[in-house]
Amino acid sequence: MLTEFGKILIFLILGALFVAGGMIAAWLLRPHRPYPGKLATYECGEEPIGNAWVRFNVRFYVIALVFLIFEVEVVFLFPWALVYRQLGLFAFVEMAVFLLILIVGYVYVWVKGDLDWDKPKPEIPVIRRPSPQETMVNAGTLS
Amino acid sequence: MGILNYKFENSNVLITSLDSLLNWARLSSLWQMQFGLACCAIEMMAASASNFDIMRFGVIPRATPRQTDVMIVAGTVTLKMASRIKRLYDQMSEPRYVLSMGSCSNCGGPYWEHGYHVLKGVDRVIPVDVYVPGCPPRPEALLEGIMKLQEKVRSESLAKKTVTK
Amino acid sequence: MSPQEIHDNLKAKFGDAILEAKLDALQPWIRVDDHRIKEICLFLHDEPTFQFDYLMCLSGIDYNNGTLGAVYHLSSMSHKHKIVLKATCPKDNPRIQSVSSVWGTANWHEREAYDMYGIVFDEHPDLRRILCPDDYPGFPLRKDFKVPEFYNGMKVPY
Repeated sequence: MLTEFGKILIFLILGALFVAGGMIAAWLLRPHRPYPGKLATYECGEEPIGNAWVRFNVRFYVIALVFLIFEVEVVFLFPWALVYRQLGLFAFVEMAVFLLILIVGYVYVWVKGDLDWDKPKPEIPVIRRPSPQETMVNAGTLS
Repeated sequence: MGILNYKFENSNVLITSLDSLLNWARLSSLWQMQFGLACCAIEMMAASASNFDIMRFGVIPRATPRQTDVMIVAGTVTLKMASRIKRLYDQMSEPRYVLSMGSCSNCGGPYWEHGYHVLKGVDRVIPVDVYVPGCPPRPEALLEGIMKLQEKVRSESLAKKTVTK
Repeated sequence: MSPQEIHDNLKAKFGDAILEAKLDALQPWIRVDDHRIKEICLFLHDEPTFQFDYLMCLSGIDYNNGTLGAVYHLSSMSHKHKIVLKATCPKDNPRIQSVSSVWGTANWHEREAYDMYGIVFDEHPDLRRILCPDDYPGFPLRKDFKVPEFYNGMKVPY
């Protein structure tokens, strides 16, 4: 007498009740004694300095954006590949035009350098004296 | 909200069975905040390793105070570290316990006489529940300390304590 | 090179900066003037016949007669010889030249000597306390040091 969707609704309601019941029981039973020391930001025991939200590099955003665009392109490619047989030459040419437009954008992004990831340049310290091997060779203790 | 904590005058069957359930749950999963400072840390690591295996007691090491129940202070507590210990103890959420492992955190240890930078016992900054003596205590001694702490947790109650200490 | 040769060479080059020496001790040592120790160490480091490229240890001393000092244990990895240098300074104005531009390890060792004895090293790039907290009263390893009664609200003595 219940439709299939109705059974899923019952399932969802019971799941929500189960979770809510656990959380309410915990809320009733747990101790709650906040004071400023407890609520302070965790910084391995030190006094917290500065903001908890740090700025991260913008190249993550650029890479994510480029990825999203080409992901959507792939999403369009999948159903086209499934029905490609039935659609014939017209579909092929149409998809080729679509891909060509996106490839132009890809080449632009590549040439502009948005896909490069800057590697850090470590500063090699200059040592004042020759290496131990050289000194030992000069001193004759190492052949 | 702590609505049910310490609100009952005398315990009845409902409270005691709830107590035993709650205490059993708490003592079987005493997540520890590993605070290995010196040589006792090696024995704490040995207790966590396979031969003595503190994890079978439910004691899992966590690095952050927010997710832990017990802080095992293992090693010499210097004055520089003591302020950090106080701050980290404050950031632990209740119910929280402290187990002091080894002579140095119990009473200053071998540095009690001449130590100019050693805190003679971590109980000068935080309240300690269990002291495990030894220099360093064997892993079995640490396991007994955990068991003593479990006995202490087993005797807690939601009801108000009628006997004040 | 034996310690006697090292001492003779140094005496020939620096003359009156080399104050005294005890070369028959277990670790033969040479005491030098504390205002010229940096050029002596630079010479010992760069000269190919000496080539003391390894500062093994730098420690402070309180001689309990109003002087502090620093002891340098040097060794050479290519020539395999060792020597000990000592430099002293009065307790009321303890200043010694820093050798942290000659050997990099001297940086932290001199910070420790400053932390424990209060010896100020001139031209040290970053002289601050390394072991004790920054607001600790006094220099602990001096002979006339008294343990403070309270530090930041914590009772220090037993």
